Amino acid sequence: MQPFRYIRAQNAEHAATLLQQQNGRARILAGGTDLIVALRERRIEADLVIDIKGIPEVDDVTFDAHDGLRIGAAAPCYRIYRHADVVRHYPGIIDAASLIGGVQIQGRASLGGNLCNASPAADSIPALIVHSAICDIALPQTRRRVPVEEFCVAPGKTVLGRGEFLASLHLPPPPPGFGAAYLRFIPRNEMDIAVVGVGASVQLDADRRHIVAARIALGAVAPTPLFVPEAGAALLGAVADEAAFVRAAEIAQAAARPITDMRGTAEFRRHLVGVLTRRALAQAVERARK
Amino acid sequence: MKSKVIVATTINDDDVEFLCEPRQSLLEVLRDVLGLTGAKEGCNNGNCGACNVLLDGVLVNSCLVLGVEVEGRTIETVEGLAAGGQLHPLQQKFLEHAALQCGICTPGFLLAAKSLLTHNPDPTEGEVRHWLAGNLCRCTGYDKIVRAVLDAADAG
Ligand SMILES: Cc1cc2nc3c(=O)[nH]c(=O)nc-3n(C[C@H](O)[C@H](O)[C@H](O)COP(=O)(O)OP(=O)(O)OC[C@H]3O[C@@H](n4cnc5c(N)ncnc54)[C@H](O)[C@@H]3O)c2cc1C
Ligand code: FES
Ligand code: FES
Repeated sequence: MQPFRYIRAQNAEHAATLLQQQNGRARILAGGTDLIVALRERRIEADLVIDIKGIPEVDDVTFDAHDGLRIGAAAPCYRIYRHADVVRHYPGIIDAASLIGGVQIQGRASLGGNLCNASPAADSIPALIVHSAICDIALPQTRRRVPVEEFCVAPGKTVLGRGEFLASLHLPPPPPGFGAAYLRFIPRNEMDIAVVGVGASVQLDADRRHIVAARIALGAVAPTPLFVPEAGAALLGAVADEAAFVRAAEIAQAAARPITDMRGTAEFRRHLVGVLTRRALAQAVERARK
Repeated sequence: MKSKVIVATTINDDDVEFLCEPRQSLLEVLRDVLGLTGAKEGCNNGNCGACNVLLDGVLVNSCLVLGVEVEGRTIETVEGLAAGGQLHPLQQKFLEHAALQCGICTPGFLLAAKSLLTHNPDPTEGEVRHWLAGNLCRCTGYDKIVRAVLDAADAG
């Protein structure tokens, strides 16, 4: 590994100022499960590594029935999926956080790191999209907010500019009758990269029969994780049954732009989008009815 | 740029101070600076679990932690498992079940199994296999390891 300096940032302003001063030669360190590998393989070069885990708002997970969930960008997966309020209200996040890597990766890996690494196959991003997460981005003097579906712009590229880093993710409180799920296909049972991932969320009406809102997002079928608003829109007012799931799945398949690579062919991926969208919707509806 | 940093930490209940470069991983520090060679280097990229340690009680891959990050933290390595000349029950069961051959993977499996039994003292076979999915073994075929962990859980 090339030599670098290491600083544990005191607060968000400190981290953003350091980033800005380094002219692109500084990197943020959260759990390090992508960064340390990339530094070792010299895919990333840095003069300064800024550890953000000592900043309380960046490390905490807090829930408030009124304001919703705030996930510090560096909070590790295990603290997210053991958080009782996340378990109760954010099932898609639980699905994603508990299948990133194995337990030892989950001891360190954060959702902020997963998002900023901006892999098209990153497992948490479709889940964050269907939970309507907003990115709280810190700059030296101020903040800005970006919906998570707009955060990734190309493989490995995000909207973050110089002197900007992700402080936290803000998820609104789930409305009554809400359910969500994230599913992925991998060739083994665990510890693999998604061939396709699908997140779905629904909101059902008071009698839990009709869909009043729905969101669908896809992973590993485009250069960035893909929000498919038209698939959700097609479900509005529909009875939450298999026929409706099939309609939405066909729209999701049409929106996918998969490629063929070592993990699967474009055709297989498109097929998976259909299967997983139907299953994720069915599971989201089942959870909404609980 | 290359200047070293002093880090104070607790390893297996001992207060320890060491000097390291920011680019050195915790695994390199344990093995090369402190002579604690229990944690093994398999892949050096997070895939094999041979380097597993407990960091403030949480299972991590020490090849994916920087040495400078452990200031003020508590680390447990395989060297801390046996106490007062007595093997830890998991170590005992690994021996009884012949759950190791070359032994390279064993320290990582022991710490992963320890963290499993802390969270879930009575796991099913499926839960053991799932929890240990981040640990690779090229020799045993896993079955004996899973039996040893289940037996240790029964005994505990
Ligand atoms: C063995 C193994 C298995 C894995 N399995 C999976 C898997 O199943 N699914 C999956 O999606 N991923 C997987 N990954 C990839 C990785 O673990 C995840 O992407 C993880 O969520 C990254 O989080 P981190 O906290 O470790 O990020 P880091 O490595 O600390 O950071 C990742 C990148 O984002 C930047 N960054 C981090 N936080 C911020 C921030 N707040 N603001 C700005 N930039 C930031 C860093 O500079 C770096 O470039 C795996 C990795 C390994 C090694
Ligand atoms: S050496 Fe750390 S996981 Fe393989
Ligand atoms: S005993 Fe040789 S790798 Fe597991």
